[in-house]
Amino acid sequence: MKVKYFAWVRERVGKAEETIEPPATVRTVEELIAWLSGQSEAYAYAFEKPKVIRTAIDHAHVKADATIAGAREIAFFPPMTGG
Amino acid sequence: MTSTVTSCPVAIRIQEDDFDIAREIALLTENRTDIGAVVSFSGICRADEDSSKIAALTLEHYPDMAEEEIKRHVDEAISRWPLNGVTVIHRVGRFMPGQNIVLVLTASQHRKAAFEAAEFLMDYLKTSAPFWKKEESATGTGWVEAHARDDEAAARWTRS
Repeated sequence: MKVKYFAWVRERVGKAEETIEPPATVRTVEELIAWLSGQSEAYAYAFEKPKVIRTAIDHAHVKADATIAGAREIAFFPPMTGG
Repeated sequence: MTSTVTSCPVAIRIQEDDFDIAREIALLTENRTDIGAVVSFSGICRADEDSSKIAALTLEHYPDMAEEEIKRHVDEAISRWPLNGVTVIHRVGRFMPGQNIVLVLTASQHRKAAFEAAEFLMDYLKTSAPFWKKEESATGTGWVEAHARDDEAAARWTRS
């Protein structure tokens, strides 16, 4: 699946997007965040406060317990500050 | 379709270029005699944020999602208020104090619907449209933190 990062999450991860293949045991957004956090210090830093992170699956906001099955694109970002 | 009595044209644009409020209002009301009220909200880059002086703001967004997310809230506004037209323009890029960032126009037969829908749309633009502001000031650069007051403003529109 394709993963995108925005704002300070992007800066901390060190890239804007990538393709990842998490193991089948990773089923929800919060499990994906935990799995990514274990991949490197950069991810651990980006996701150090997982409750702050907002997530969108296929361009729609989802909660941390949302399933990632079938997702084409997952995006992680801080709370929005537009307008 | 020639009937304009119940039509509600929607324009949503995300762009680097500035907008002209008078021109956007003219486009919204052109050839319409059913509109009795247009509310216009402009968000402008200001120089003072709490106690620090802002030199510039940079707006980042999630292009694929931003328009869809704004559309979802415009559709909800149309379902909640009798609107005759909606325009939302959100700029991205780097802004100096005094420059336009966002425009919301709502048109209706009467003012109450137009006022409320504009406020509803702005409250959701601030808390749910995927845009992020980065500030430049004399002390450095940093991402603007989301305010609880914006979440509270959006929450009051939630229907139980």
